[in-house]
Amino acid sequence: MSEAIISVQDLVKTYHMGAVNVHALRGITLAVKQGEYLAIMGASGSGKTTFMNLLGCLDRPTSGNYFLDGVNVNTYNKNQLAEFRGKKIGFVFQSFNLLARTSALENVELPLFYNPAVGSKERKERAMHALESVGLADRQSSLPNQLSGGQQQRVAIARALVNEPVVIMADEPTGNLDTRTSYEIMDIFQSLNEKGSTIVMVTHENDIAQFATRNVIFRDGRIIADNQIQKRRNAALELKNLPVLDLDNEIEES
Amino acid sequence: MRISNLLKVALRSLNRNKMRTFLTMLGIIIGVASVIAMLAIGQGSKQNVQASVASLGINSIMVFPGSSNQGGVRGGAGTTATLKVDDALAIAERCDLVDHVSPVVQTRAQVIYGAQNWNTTIVGGNNDYFYIRNLNIETGNTFTEADLRAASKVCVLGQTVVTNLFGAGANPIGRTIRINQIPFEVVGTLSPKGQNTFGRDEDDIIIAPFNTVYKRLMNSTYINMILVSAISQNSMDAATAQIGQVLRQTHKLGPGTPDDFTIRNQAELSNIFGSVTKEMTILLAAIASISIVVGGIGIMNIMLVSVTERTREIGIRMAVGAKGSHVMTQFMIEAIFIGILGGILGIVLGVLVSMLVAHFAGWPISITLFSILLSSIFSVVVGVFFGWYPARKAANLDPIDALRYE
Ligand SMILES: Nc1ncnc2c1ncn2[C@@H]1O[C@H](COP(=O)(O)OP(=O)(O)OP(=O)(O)O)[C@@H](O)[C@H]1O
Ligand SMILES: [Mg+2]
Repeated sequence: MSEAIISVQDLVKTYHMGAVNVHALRGITLAVKQGEYLAIMGASGSGKTTFMNLLGCLDRPTSGNYFLDGVNVNTYNKNQLAEFRGKKIGFVFQSFNLLARTSALENVELPLFYNPAVGSKERKERAMHALESVGLADRQSSLPNQLSGGQQQRVAIARALVNEPVVIMADEPTGNLDTRTSYEIMDIFQSLNEKGSTIVMVTHENDIAQFATRNVIFRDGRIIADNQIQKRRNAALELKNLPVLDLDNEIEES
Repeated sequence: MRISNLLKVALRSLNRNKMRTFLTMLGIIIGVASVIAMLAIGQGSKQNVQASVASLGINSIMVFPGSSNQGGVRGGAGTTATLKVDDALAIAERCDLVDHVSPVVQTRAQVIYGAQNWNTTIVGGNNDYFYIRNLNIETGNTFTEADLRAASKVCVLGQTVVTNLFGAGANPIGRTIRINQIPFEVVGTLSPKGQNTFGRDEDDIIIAPFNTVYKRLMNSTYINMILVSAISQNSMDAATAQIGQVLRQTHKLGPGTPDDFTIRNQAELSNIFGSVTKEMTILLAAIASISIVVGGIGIMNIMLVSVTERTREIGIRMAVGAKGSHVMTQFMIEAIFIGILGGILGIVLGVLVSMLVAHFAGWPISITLFSILLSSIFSVVVGVFFGWYPARKAANLDPIDALRYE
């Protein structure tokens, strides 16, 4: 068995809302191995997003330890965390979070932009390559508002890939997309995973979770189930079998 | 992180909001332009005054009859009959810090040539008068020793007088004009000097040998002024003191008796007018620089709006690896850029305004490197100062809070 790339121990996050304390995470202990594809499930408000933000080093836990790629993230200061995010983590948001009025290619370039080791030529090449891998090479100069939701999410995935992160984290990446587009995203994730990427994804759709290799279920800030997926679905196959809803064709046929 | 990357991002965001960027800049533009224009006008008037004072002569010292504080009224100088020709001779003989001396008498008279007639100032002085007052001969000559001794009826004309008696460009040398009915031969003309700051036409003058005016025209026993030049600029004060001593001796004034003459030198005049114009310039520039500060507050205001508006963008940049310092630099570049570009445009506008003022109002202007440097530095400092707080605010955002911001 390979090394645990993510290891969290008794992670607690409590939000203080005036007099009220919201216990979003009540002690999460979890290890994710290199090459795993983990799907986190759970009811709304169970703490999935809170957990992902901690994994993505976007927020700090109230208590508990978090090791990513052998580093105790808690010991890092704000600047170290920023650099760490830029080099080790690829984050995909439910709401895409692309920079408006900025071309697809430049959005993808963004993580490399803040990396002094990467020159502008290399940056462009790598960004172009990442866009190709999500099938959007031809839309490199499109602005986010000229792209469909699915295309925007693919740009966001390309952005998460471009820095060759040790883990890709996605919080409901298909939450705003229809079934077909969701499957297309899952197809990308699965092929990344096959090439060795570690992926942690939040979803509340059971069928989407079946594309992963392992499912974890949250309830009230705790893990209540942790299963390996027995009959994993294959997104490429499912896409082929999906009924085509093509009005033009139907009209022509009738 | 490469600064060129941040520069690109900053410029692009300014470019996206062209109108807003321009309006923000406008405060700085107007502020810098008014500082430049005010300093230019102030500096110009100072130079003008200095030139006028300098035109009074070279290292010149003026001795007037009468005490300057006689009866407590300063206007007393020049109105009493205490200065004699001998005083001028005594100064010339006994003051070694003095190299030129001319007794001066002055009157106004009607001057006639043919059908033309003109009322002008007649000055009687010797050839030192030309030297001390820095008057140049345009055509002809000054007076000969014989003219001076014999009180010959010769004269040198200022250009205004030439124009009024003979017509512009005419050559009056050798012609005879009548001053108070007495015929005078014109032996020379003066180079034009123009108006001085106090508005007097310095070319409206006729100069004749001292003895001629003193005896023939005025028939007086006292003189209006003794004009003296010190041997150097540095010895002006010492020369002034020397003259005072000599005059007190020749006038036989005992200790405790006030001077019955008044000595003024050029440095004094220049100081008096210099300090007035300097104060005026400082005042104008201070008022103008308030508008730069107001412009700076405009930058701060817009930057704060911009930070708030772009909170999500900041969050996204931080999420993919931007440090606080990157965000800070990006916003600082925007603020400084507004400051610098506003400063440059302000300098251009300020120079244009100064030139327009000079052209239409006829005010002298002088745009100095100092005023340009001052306002450039000021505008960059304003950019840094007022951009710092909003940039700091952006840099201190937490990535998660910034991403959550609606
Ligand atoms: N910034 C915050 N301040 C206060 N409480 C918060 C904050 N963020 C989340 N919470 C609370 O923490 C709990 C967990 O929220 P979280 O967003 O992690 O849920 P989730 O599992 O992602 O839900 P969903 O499926 O609806 O996205 C909720 O009770 C929520 O109200
Ligand atoms: Mg959520």
